Amino acid sequence: MAREGEDAGMAKAPKRKRQKKRKPKENKTRTVHANVLHDCAKGDENPNRHYANNEIKTTKYTVLSFLPKNLFEQFHRFANVYFVFIALLNFVPVVNTFQPELALTPVIFILSVTAIKDLWEDYRRHRSDKEINHMDCLVYSRGEKRYVEKYWKEVRVGDFIRLRCNEILPADVLLLSSSDPDRLCHIETATLDGETNLKQRQVVRSFFDLDCEFDPLKYNSIIECEKPNNDLNRFRGYIIHRSGRRDALYKENLLLRGCTIRNTEEAVGIVIYAGHETKAMLNNNGPRYKRSKLERQMNVDVFWCVIILLVMCLFAAAGHGLWMFQYGDKRPVFDVLSPEGTDLSPIMSAIYLFLTMIIVLQVLIPISLFVSIEIVKICQVYFIHQDMDLYDEETDSHLQCRALNITEDLGQMQYIFSDKTGTLTDNKMVFRRCTVAGVEYSHDANAKRLAMYQEMDSEEEDCMSHGGTLPRRDSVTSHQSARVVLRSHSTKSHRRTGSRAEAKRASILSKHTAFSSPMEKDITPDPQLLDKVNECSSQMDFMRFHSQPMSQLPSDLSDIIDFFIALTVCNTVVVSSPNQPRHKVRMRFELKSPVKTIEDFIKRFTPSRLTSGSNSSSSSSLNRSSNKGCSSLLSSPSAESTLTKLNEETPPGGLEPGFSAAPPCYDGRPSWSPEDGELRYEAESPDEAALVYAARAYKCSLVGRLPDHVTVELPHLGRLSFELLHTLGFDSTRKRMSVVVRHPLTDQITVYTKGADSVIMELIKPLDTGNSKGRRQKKIVCRTQNYLNLYAADGLRTLCIAKKVMSKEEYACWLQRHLEAETAIQGREELLFQSALRLETNLHLLGATGIEDRLQDGVPETIASLRRAGLQIWVLTGDKQETAVNIAYACKLLEPDEEILTLNADSHEACALLLEESLHYIQAKFFCSSGDQSATADFPPFEIYPPASPSSSSSHAAHFLVHRLGLVIDGRTLAYALDKSLEDKFLAVARSCRSVLCCRSTPLQKSMVVKLVRNKLRVMTLAIGDGANDVSMIQVADVGVGISGQEGMQAVMASDFALPRFRYLQKLLLVHGHWCYSRLANMILYFFYKNAMFVALIFWYQFYCGFSGSAMIDQWYLIFFNLMFSAFPQLITGTLDKDVSAETLQQLPHLYVNGQNSEEYKPYMFWMNMIDSFYQSLVCFFIPYFAYADSDVDLFTWGTPITTIALFTILLHLGIETKTWTWINWLSIAFSVALFFSVALLYNASCPTCYSPSNPYWTMQRLLQDPLFYLLCTITPVAALLPRYFYRACQSTLFPNPVQVGRQLDKLPADTRRNILSLGRLKTGSPLSPAPPFLPLAKLSPAKDPRGTPRAPVSQTDEEHGGGGPAAPARSRERLSNVYSSVSTETDTLPYTKDAPPLTDWEAPGQSPPGWTASTPLAARADGVQLSLPPVGAPQCVKYRRSPQEGLVSEHGVHPPAHRTAPAAEQSLYTAL
Amino acid sequence: MVGKGVASRLRRETMVKDEQESSNRPDNTAFTQQRLPAWQPMLSAGIVIPGFVLIGLAFIGIGVALFVTSQGIQVLEIDYTGVEQKSPCFRCANSNEKNCVCNLEFSIDRLLKGPVFFYYGLTNYFQNYRRYGVSKDDNQLSGDLDYFQSPSDTCSPYEYDNNVPIVPCGSIANSMFNDTFKLYQTVNGVKKQVPLDGKGIAWWSDYNIKYRNPSVTPLKNAFNGTVKPIFWSKPAYELDPTDSTNNGFINQDFLVWMRRAALPDFRKLYRRITHEDYKEGLPAGNYSLEISYNYPVLSFDGRKKVVFSNVSWMGGKNEFLGIAYLVIGSLCVFMSIVMLIVYAKFKFPEED
Repeated sequence: MAREGEDAGMAKAPKRKRQKKRKPKENKTRTVHANVLHDCAKGDENPNRHYANNEIKTTKYTVLSFLPKNLFEQFHRFANVYFVFIALLNFVPVVNTFQPELALTPVIFILSVTAIKDLWEDYRRHRSDKEINHMDCLVYSRGEKRYVEKYWKEVRVGDFIRLRCNEILPADVLLLSSSDPDRLCHIETATLDGETNLKQRQVVRSFFDLDCEFDPLKYNSIIECEKPNNDLNRFRGYIIHRSGRRDALYKENLLLRGCTIRNTEEAVGIVIYAGHETKAMLNNNGPRYKRSKLERQMNVDVFWCVIILLVMCLFAAAGHGLWMFQYGDKRPVFDVLSPEGTDLSPIMSAIYLFLTMIIVLQVLIPISLFVSIEIVKICQVYFIHQDMDLYDEETDSHLQCRALNITEDLGQMQYIFSDKTGTLTDNKMVFRRCTVAGVEYSHDANAKRLAMYQEMDSEEEDCMSHGGTLPRRDSVTSHQSARVVLRSHSTKSHRRTGSRAEAKRASILSKHTAFSSPMEKDITPDPQLLDKVNECSSQMDFMRFHSQPMSQLPSDLSDIIDFFIALTVCNTVVVSSPNQPRHKVRMRFELKSPVKTIEDFIKRFTPSRLTSGSNSSSSSSLNRSSNKGCSSLLSSPSAESTLTKLNEETPPGGLEPGFSAAPPCYDGRPSWSPEDGELRYEAESPDEAALVYAARAYKCSLVGRLPDHVTVELPHLGRLSFELLHTLGFDSTRKRMSVVVRHPLTDQITVYTKGADSVIMELIKPLDTGNSKGRRQKKIVCRTQNYLNLYAADGLRTLCIAKKVMSKEEYACWLQRHLEAETAIQGREELLFQSALRLETNLHLLGATGIEDRLQDGVPETIASLRRAGLQIWVLTGDKQETAVNIAYACKLLEPDEEILTLNADSHEACALLLEESLHYIQAKFFCSSGDQSATADFPPFEIYPPASPSSSSSHAAHFLVHRLGLVIDGRTLAYALDKSLEDKFLAVARSCRSVLCCRSTPLQKSMVVKLVRNKLRVMTLAIGDGANDVSMIQVADVGVGISGQEGMQAVMASDFALPRFRYLQKLLLVHGHWCYSRLANMILYFFYKNAMFVALIFWYQFYCGFSGSAMIDQWYLIFFNLMFSAFPQLITGTLDKDVSAETLQQLPHLYVNGQNSEEYKPYMFWMNMIDSFYQSLVCFFIPYFAYADSDVDLFTWGTPITTIALFTILLHLGIETKTWTWINWLSIAFSVALFFSVALLYNASCPTCYSPSNPYWTMQRLLQDPLFYLLCTITPVAALLPRYFYRACQSTLFPNPVQVGRQLDKLPADTRRNILSLGRLKTGSPLSPAPPFLPLAKLSPAKDPRGTPRAPVSQTDEEHGGGGPAAPARSRERLSNVYSSVSTETDTLPYTKDAPPLTDWEAPGQSPPGWTASTPLAARADGVQLSLPPVGAPQCVKYRRSPQEGLVSEHGVHPPAHRTAPAAEQSLYTAL
Repeated sequence: MVGKGVASRLRRETMVKDEQESSNRPDNTAFTQQRLPAWQPMLSAGIVIPGFVLIGLAFIGIGVALFVTSQGIQVLEIDYTGVEQKSPCFRCANSNEKNCVCNLEFSIDRLLKGPVFFYYGLTNYFQNYRRYGVSKDDNQLSGDLDYFQSPSDTCSPYEYDNNVPIVPCGSIANSMFNDTFKLYQTVNGVKKQVPLDGKGIAWWSDYNIKYRNPSVTPLKNAFNGTVKPIFWSKPAYELDPTDSTNNGFINQDFLVWMRRAALPDFRKLYRRITHEDYKEGLPAGNYSLEISYNYPVLSFDGRKKVVFSNVSWMGGKNEFLGIAYLVIGSLCVFMSIVMLIVYAKFKFPEED
């Protein structure tokens, strides 16, 4: 079904169809009848006849419509219209220049190249369509009274379809029957959303109780549902039975086209949407079209070319008019009268000539430019795809370019906005530690284990030998703890061989299960906690045996068991068994769906049942079911032995073995028996999986999940079935999920809630501190909060687990309203949300978990290197501030010696105040100190910058006044900061900071931040993310990058580039981005040069032919010069040229600044190129002119050498610009020359009369015998290229730009190069490589200091510390103004300084030379600055504290009244530290 | 360590071969990985300076050779337009007299080495005028009789004369240069005609392939039903009364004229002086050129001239190319010196 993915660009076709279909029935709903009922009355009377059938057609064209439609589409491009216009102009006799047919050739050539490309793509679509349309499925036939095989395309809406396991759904089908005893059907939706976990779908309620097989003939209901739409997660409608009963339909009832049936032997459904109206097809949007920055720039210059062309034509027209005018009435013999024999007035001739000149000079607008760019980009994409370094072996995936036309944008990025989870981190959630009932279990062994993985990974980078690692790892394993042995055999082998390739194999084996790497699965339990769990469960078992009420359990123990039950139950994890097909793991229970009606509730919760129930009902049901279910499990011969083995390994700290003597089936270990394979957990998010695996480590394992109950296996207690009453799913507003279950042991209705600590803590039941229990609870909450802060400080993701026991009355009361909400038609979502809020109150805190989200490999290095490349990196995450900050430290986004500005505000005003304060702070701190430093002028004497460099870097500096400062802002503050009134200030602060971290931000905020930065700062932005929450950000950014990680494909679908891992971004940007940009930029410039140079030759000739539009270059050469003779070398160079090698680009990231500043293609370069091209054409024109002056040379014998010379000059010019010559370059140039001569020779020898009017018969042949020809061909290109070559030679040896330094470095032998690079940092001050590191920041960082001596600490530190007060800014401003005045003259004269959009007045003098703006004082001050405001009106404060990483707390208020009333928890955290 | 790395890589590769599933793995070839061996020309002093010197010296050498060759060519150029009153052709130029003849006396003071080429030259004459250039019919000129009766539209307005087709049609043919020259050497007061060779002055390919007379004999018959171009005094088949094979479209003078000049000041080959007596060239002495002056040029401020010149292997006299080579060559050398100085100043101290 992957083919569906290929069917891009199909949105149009269905749209057309739908409109057609909609006309007859303008209802808001769709009514579906069964076709079997209407079979006899075929055709018109079938009520489903208006709906699209299942045949898909994603092709754009038919045989007939191809030509007109394709042409129509191509003429949307303005250039094509222009060229066709010119070609048609040639058919007008008064202005024509070329043979009209010949003039048409280039246009036709270009159009047909594109058309062939389109045709080929369309043919591929056609083939895949055909294949899909001819797939088989079983459709019920009324005539034969059975299911018959039919093609997919014959499926109609209203057909009954029978589906078998592993079949692909042909259409959107409403599930009516399933062979599954639970009336479930599992589908895999990987082709739709990329999520590999199975989704459950349910049979429509009314068909639930059907005992016998579903009989289509008896079906007589009518379905009313929504019109086709593309929302995969929504389906609403109802089914009307003949009895008049209506049943609602949900998305759980709908099977979507393209999904695969799993785990279900057979299912029957009725087709609701078919063909193009299916949700899958409606979701297929075509490839994205973006216009790159370079192309935008190029279009400006194309426009300039048009202007130049018009000027030339006007000039020639005026000249021609005057030329005609000077003859007056005297008619020279060579004049030609108009066809009527009359004389043309000079004005008329001038007008005609204007048009003629447009034809002659049309080449100036490069017709092949657009096609060439497309070709080059396709090649670039090919090379990026092919790069081994961007290939991830583990997932067998490589980088995908989804947008084909913005490759060069990769080389021009200035800001990176990154998601954190799954992008910077692995999204491999590993349970790290937890706290239960206020007691922390540190899981040290687990930590060791994780550390080992880390080690292992890094080790495998170096060597991956089997033997080396095996013994060591085994020894570690054995000493670790005996319990680890519980791991399944297969898992163990993964770990042991451990290598990446093995992991890959494993991942292929377990392709269908996400989040189940060994690292995530094998959790070493904390011995203490394990003992407690054992103790607790055995006590419970004991109590069950003795029918004691469970409430007698000590509360801390019950909390523990509840904690694990919550971990196990409160999720959406589905269990499957990997090795056997997912058929028969689950068992049939008598209990049905969640409570849906009041009657149901009453029926099920009548006291009689409750009393009789408790243990026996559940256990009896369990008994039956388990027997049924376990039979297969137990049949395995080794189960017994495994069992005993496992029993032996149970730590002795627990109970008597006999105590847990339960029926074997209850014992619950079969799931671990190797033959059976372990149970596999399919989770929607990695956190869930991590928690379930964690619980399993404590032997509380999830065994089965069905819509109505969850089976949990507990130590000693065996399998318990929790009746699942409701599941209130996770949403980002509530930030929590809850399940309502009936506890099988206590028979209480219990709510388990799991969610973000901030929300859960607010929902904790208010405690009266009166009694001891309440006090204890309070203590627990307090301590848990402490631990949570600790976890966050460790960079762990925290979740709180809480529970609530409801009385039947409470529940009934809530249920009443919940059911109302569920059945509501209007605003159902809102009502359900409210209902959930009502339920999740007064919770009892059980504990909290800390999950480690490990950094991906190479993230810190990548970030460091991207930053050295001058990229500003912002991390936008939904995580907690503390977690985010710590991850940021871990990935070197923030550095210990960096100051951190933290913005937390509770109101708009507070936010405004904070921003103001931050601005003052930055101003005070950096401007004055930098001013001082510039005054002291302690630059090393050899840091002399050549005149060119300050300008280029200052343009950068003007844009990025970057200080050694990090900004942390939380979501709430961000919301205020993004307000119109504050956004400028926010940006002013943010862009002064080296790194920005936005925590707790919503997807919308992410995209708003990106949009703000992109629009206000006019910079190139890249957004990278992996999840659905990053989609909006990815779409807003100039380049969107998706990580094809574990969290589904939404991000990838929205992205322009999809990467397997974050660290590949480095090579993608620094190497491929740089290459693509410099190649394309150079090629475009070359194109302009080439065309201008060629056209100018003809223009100069106009002065010698009476401005008559005559050309000495034969029309063939004129037309094919661009298209053929000079086309290939530039394509080759544009595709293959490497200005600097990949290694050097990665080792010297600041070469990337080249692209950021558009150094390869600046506006002035276009004009420089134009001037050069005019100079070259003058040389190429006048050397032959003088050489042949006063001779008997004829027009084309003179013109052909000029053409040849022009070709040589152009090729040699390309040669000067080509940096690496491979045999392909040589070949292409040789080919071009050979092509020209062979075409010329053939053309001049073929037909003496055909090529009117020029008819250059035998010209080339004669020229080749003429020594003068060779003499001309030697001197002219040399003379033409001498200035450029001389300039290049001088510039690259005397004042090489950084890229050229990089090239020189490339030439050095590998070891020398390594030495230089490790010494570092080049000799930045030397004349050879005066490359100033572009980032002013970088220049002054100690690492960059050529001498390697750290700058002396600025003596001002103390003063600054005092500078928090209001006096300081004023003082510093004074000082600033001095600085400005001393500098402004310098800044004003800087050329090419981009105007930074004025943000605030404080920054008015804006541009500043790099020398001093950048001089961030680099004293190793490790203090963070926290600007936080208390909620209301309290005086602002600046708080300095040492960064938490150092563990030293030296917190002192600057202003006495300003002590921030930090949340108590935080205070205590620090004291705890 | 290195060995291990290799081994592991090997293992990885063999594994890849074993498993077909890694289909997404890119090919590891020099081309796809963009690691093709490449020559990186660095514009460093070591290459640039010697390169410049070499090129410069070579060019200077060529330049000297060209200049010397060009100096050896003798050219005699005489304007006979008759603008000035004392000019012998003043009368012809200003009267409308038909068949006006004027005599141009000139002397050669030293031997004009042979073979001598005799050109006529026109200035300010735009044979490269676009609409003039297209005004011909190549099919007609290649002897296709169909185009005799219906010439191509491109010939317009010299296509029909009173609805009778013009052959050869078009403006180029119509404006054919029709002054004729006879050269006399005055030897001891006696005028001795210098025989002029009109053969082989046009391109061989023009004479044999591009232009053809219709295969009708006598040629005159082919032109039945057509008229001569308006400006012509004689029909095409009578262009050369002395040589019947030099008539029609393959008349050498016609062919020379039809090859349009590139620039508005041009000369065209009229005759060669190859006769036995003048094999060594035109000896010093007095000469008289009898011009039958027909072609009007004053209306467009044009000039007419005759040129006697000998040629070298590189064509006619042209000092420009030699000078150009010398200049460019010297420039190269000069630049290399500049760069050398600059390097000496900036670069070398850094090299360590």
